[in-house]
Amino acid sequence: LLRCTRRMPAALSRFYHGDKVATIGSLQDTQSALFQENYERMQTLVQELKDRADKIKLGGGEKARKLHTSRGKLLPRERIDRLLDPGSPFLEFSQFAAYQLYGKEEVPAAGIITGIGRVSGVECIIVANDATVKGGTYYPVTVKKHLRAQEIAQHNHLPCIYLVDSGGANLPRQADVFPDRDHFGRIFFNQARLSSEGIAQIAVVMGSCTAGGAYVPAMADESIIVRKQGTIFLGGPPLVKAATGEEVSAEDLGGADLHCRKSGVTDHYALDDSHALHLARKAVRNLNYQKKLDVTMEPPEAPLFPADELYGIVGDNLKRNFDIREVIARIVDGSKFDEFKAFYGDTLVTGFARIFGYPVGIIGNNGVLFSESAKKNITGFMVGREYEAGGIAKDGAKMVTAVACANVPKITVIIGGSYGAGNYGMCGRAYSPRFLYMWPNARISVMGGEQAATVLATITKDQKAREGKEFTAEQEAAMKEPIIRRFEEEGSPYYSSARLWDDGIIDPADTRLVLGLSLSAALNAPTQKTRFGVFRM
Amino acid sequence: GFVRCASVGPGRIEKVLIANRGEIACRVMRTAKKMGVRSVAVYSEADRHAMHVAMADEAYHIGPAASQQSYLSMEKVMEVAKKSSAQAIHPGYGFLSENTEFAELCKQEGIVFIGPPSSAIRDMGIKSTSKHIMSAAGVPIIEGYHGEDQSDEKLQAEAARIGYPVMIKAVRGGGGKGMRIARSEVDFHEQLESARREARKSFNDDVMLVEKFVENPRHVEVQVFGDQHGNAVYLFERDCSVQRRHQKIIEEAPGPGISPEVRRKLGEAAVRAAKAVNYVGAGTVEFIMDAQHNFYFMEMNTRLQVEHPVSEMITGTDLVEWQLRVAAGEKLPLSQEEIVLRGHSFEARIYAEDPNNDFLPGAGPLLHLSTPQADEYTRIETGVREGDEVSAHYDPMIAKLVVWGEDRSAALKKLRYCLRQYNIVGLSTNIDFLLSLSGHPEFEAGNVHTSFIAQHHSELFPAPRAPSREVVCQAALGLLLRERARTQEFRACSDDKYSPFASSNGRRLNILYTRQMSLQLGENKVEVAVTYNPDGTYSMEIGEVVFQVSGELHKDGEALYLCCSVNGVLSRPKLVILDNTVHLFSMEGSAQVAVPVPKFLAGISTSGTQSGAVAPMTGTIEKVLVKAGDKVQVGDALMVMIAMKMEHTIRAPKAGVIKKVFFKEGSQANRHAPLVELEEEEGSEQ
Repeated sequence: LLRCTRRMPAALSRFYHGDKVATIGSLQDTQSALFQENYERMQTLVQELKDRADKIKLGGGEKARKLHTSRGKLLPRERIDRLLDPGSPFLEFSQFAAYQLYGKEEVPAAGIITGIGRVSGVECIIVANDATVKGGTYYPVTVKKHLRAQEIAQHNHLPCIYLVDSGGANLPRQADVFPDRDHFGRIFFNQARLSSEGIAQIAVVMGSCTAGGAYVPAMADESIIVRKQGTIFLGGPPLVKAATGEEVSAEDLGGADLHCRKSGVTDHYALDDSHALHLARKAVRNLNYQKKLDVTMEPPEAPLFPADELYGIVGDNLKRNFDIREVIARIVDGSKFDEFKAFYGDTLVTGFARIFGYPVGIIGNNGVLFSESAKKNITGFMVGREYEAGGIAKDGAKMVTAVACANVPKITVIIGGSYGAGNYGMCGRAYSPRFLYMWPNARISVMGGEQAATVLATITKDQKAREGKEFTAEQEAAMKEPIIRRFEEEGSPYYSSARLWDDGIIDPADTRLVLGLSLSAALNAPTQKTRFGVFRM
Repeated sequence: GFVRCASVGPGRIEKVLIANRGEIACRVMRTAKKMGVRSVAVYSEADRHAMHVAMADEAYHIGPAASQQSYLSMEKVMEVAKKSSAQAIHPGYGFLSENTEFAELCKQEGIVFIGPPSSAIRDMGIKSTSKHIMSAAGVPIIEGYHGEDQSDEKLQAEAARIGYPVMIKAVRGGGGKGMRIARSEVDFHEQLESARREARKSFNDDVMLVEKFVENPRHVEVQVFGDQHGNAVYLFERDCSVQRRHQKIIEEAPGPGISPEVRRKLGEAAVRAAKAVNYVGAGTVEFIMDAQHNFYFMEMNTRLQVEHPVSEMITGTDLVEWQLRVAAGEKLPLSQEEIVLRGHSFEARIYAEDPNNDFLPGAGPLLHLSTPQADEYTRIETGVREGDEVSAHYDPMIAKLVVWGEDRSAALKKLRYCLRQYNIVGLSTNIDFLLSLSGHPEFEAGNVHTSFIAQHHSELFPAPRAPSREVVCQAALGLLLRERARTQEFRACSDDKYSPFASSNGRRLNILYTRQMSLQLGENKVEVAVTYNPDGTYSMEIGEVVFQVSGELHKDGEALYLCCSVNGVLSRPKLVILDNTVHLFSMEGSAQVAVPVPKFLAGISTSGTQSGAVAPMTGTIEKVLVKAGDKVQVGDALMVMIAMKMEHTIRAPKAGVIKKVFFKEGSQANRHAPLVELEEEEGSEQ
């Protein structure tokens, strides 16, 4: 159904016969009740994801969109589409930022679209304000999303293109937008630092660019402005009037003519949005940027099995076990996987493979982590006297050290439960993976909701027992129910994505593509040396 | 195929100079090569890289582009002939082919002129003389005035005697040049002047004859051949009735509907005509034929005609070979009894011209050129290749497509099939017009005459049909697939060959990418919303109708084909994308879809609002008929221009007052250059 049917050149027969790699994965009994139930439930989740994304794609309300286009302006997604190399893919981040985060206020995609796409053959970070969403003003999560895009640019050495059309900070929420370290001002701090690292900063002013926002084009290496649309000023006409009584139009105060002819704030004068995007493409072309890979490449091969079988294998029931190798088989080139320590600590599967020809190491959970599993390189760690005595904390720490210090590009995909120390060992957000994605069935929390409720109920029961009070089964159930519900809600990928704990929720069938795109982006940065800290033995 | 002659000539001609260019030069060289005769080409500055130069064994530059100073320069041609030690000169058609002085010069210099004796050229070149001779030889002729008194009064009086409509023709004219029809006394003077002007320009001689104009006549001509031993044969007739601007456009042999009896009579009359002037070599005797199949001698062309291949096809001969043999003193390879008519042949002349604009000749680069596959029954006689330029200096004929079939309908079917495969991009051609012409029921029925195009004008020029939505989908797909090919080229030469970013799948996360494509269909803009489906297909929405589209590009030889499926219907049109236009060629016809160029790339618009008359093509201003301050009505003649050797009258596009005249007589005007500034009179608009 959702099989990615990209045709790839057949792998070159550059290997000796004996070097052939055994493939993994097995034919699934797609007619089995379990497979079908899993498939349907995952499909429902994916459909829900797509329906929600379709709504977010529209941006602001119909009225706001009409007003926007009636001015001859392109919608932000159209701007991105035209900026990119025609027909090339766009790896969008955090579509669900601000999702159900501001109560009754809907702020689709947090009013800012970010992602990676190719412009004139160069992979670039694109940050586009959506003026149809609350005038493109910055909510707290808008700032976070903008900063995250810049962080990705920094980690991966990607030029940044800002398509600016924003009223600046959202005034009612200024306290959560303006003053702190990772607030509005950090955008310009980043621009300065990125530019200093040789990461090009290109601004296209396609709407207002007021107050602090004026620094986006002003701090850029190169800036483009659209006549009669783009304006740049530290204080807009209302502020000028309030301050000095001077009456001036926005165009005269900070339009394209002023900034291209007099002030010199902008470098290029565009007739309209399309022209501006054309100029931006030229600017990227003139960067003379050349991507050099320092990894070995092999011609990619499609996996042997359809990607949508992942639905039927994984399903949405986190308690159900499946073989992670079946998942890997549907993601990697030719379903070829060279496993490392297959018989040792078998709840963690480790090995090497290729995705779109890029070499990768894969670490996959196949159940809970034990000491051996941890030492090989999570849903979560096994608890219990035996395991504590075995030094699971120590072994877990080894894994955390390894994950934290390994300086290779790390990409995390949460395909099920990611709990507690397991989240640490498997490179959760705190471990700064280059990219972190979640499947719609995934859950992230300090522990499973059931366990958390039981922990709390046990503590209460013990307390009551000490006080000589009774703790009935009904009371226990009543106590556990909201805890389970809350963990369920807060563990949801939408809850996570809304707060930017991840870079996006993805269709499991798109995992291979998303990983390929992410790897391609990551390889723009030169590889760094890894130095480990102390491994406690 | 051609008949191979067993005997070899006396070997006098081992090297032949071809004093011509284009397809005929190539045609002659092919036969010369076949016979082991070395060929020498001459070329003007404009033809430095032309096909005939590349084909020749030797080639010599003979001057600038203007033919007066190159291909028409007898001295230069003769100089090359001597320098290259050519024993013979083949003049082709046009240029020096019917020039008595040149034939004389060759004789003096001891070089064989491949053509008739100069006396025959002279006799046949002067129309009045030729008619006297023919009349004396018992060949039927038509009423006319061929006198020496060339005063306007005399000519007009003679016209009145003969009775209107009359034909005014330059005595030394040919090829429709210097020829006009006067339908009544009122327009006699204007037509006479025009004919004289053109004749002066073309032949440096403006002596005119006047003759009866036969309404809707057929133009039937007989191929004859004579040798130096007094033999003459005919190779049957050709019908060249379908003409535009008095120039042939489609020719066939034998003439449709002509009985063997009439055919024999025609042939015998033609042989009598040839013998009357001791004709040697290839010649054509032209007759005018009325509806009752009565025929009258018109003129004799003392050269190999453009349309000679149709006669070759039905007789299995190679007339250029015959020419070379006869010139070398050999006897005719076949006797009259041995010449057998077999099958039917058509020739369609493919011109750079705009049929929708009164067949205005054009010029320009052949950006794309693909032809049907040549074989024993299909000949593509051409002197240009893809990338060559059709020069404004010479005849705008691009090629002749010649086909043969067992009978007329088989040959006609073949002609149409091949025309569909003759695809040209870069300049306007008459190919689509040839298709509608050859597909016309009256043409199929063989009911041809010289007014055919005028009579069936409305059917031959159907209102242009907008391409169907399915075709728009094909064009959009063509553009998308080309984009994909570009991306693949980029990817192949990048360091990161397999990055999924370097693809054209339009993938977006969790949503589908819908792209608005604006396409231009003639005057109309069409919006196509293209959705990239994850399986590599496209959903294209045009005016609320959705089409499922997918396909691939296939290269077959030089041509690119679009193998596509639109709503499950498979097709395979030829695809040419040049600049901003997609051209699709299929058996159903051709379609053009343009991609509008964004304003910021278009630069300054050249057309703008038309406030005057513009030059239809590059040419010389021959006559300026108005001056500043003149009041003109719509359609009034403003200027006369000479371009592509044709006269064009530039008329007022609207009524008004001339504000300024931009060109003087004798000056050169570029295509689309404004010629006058015309101010509309207030209140003159309706």
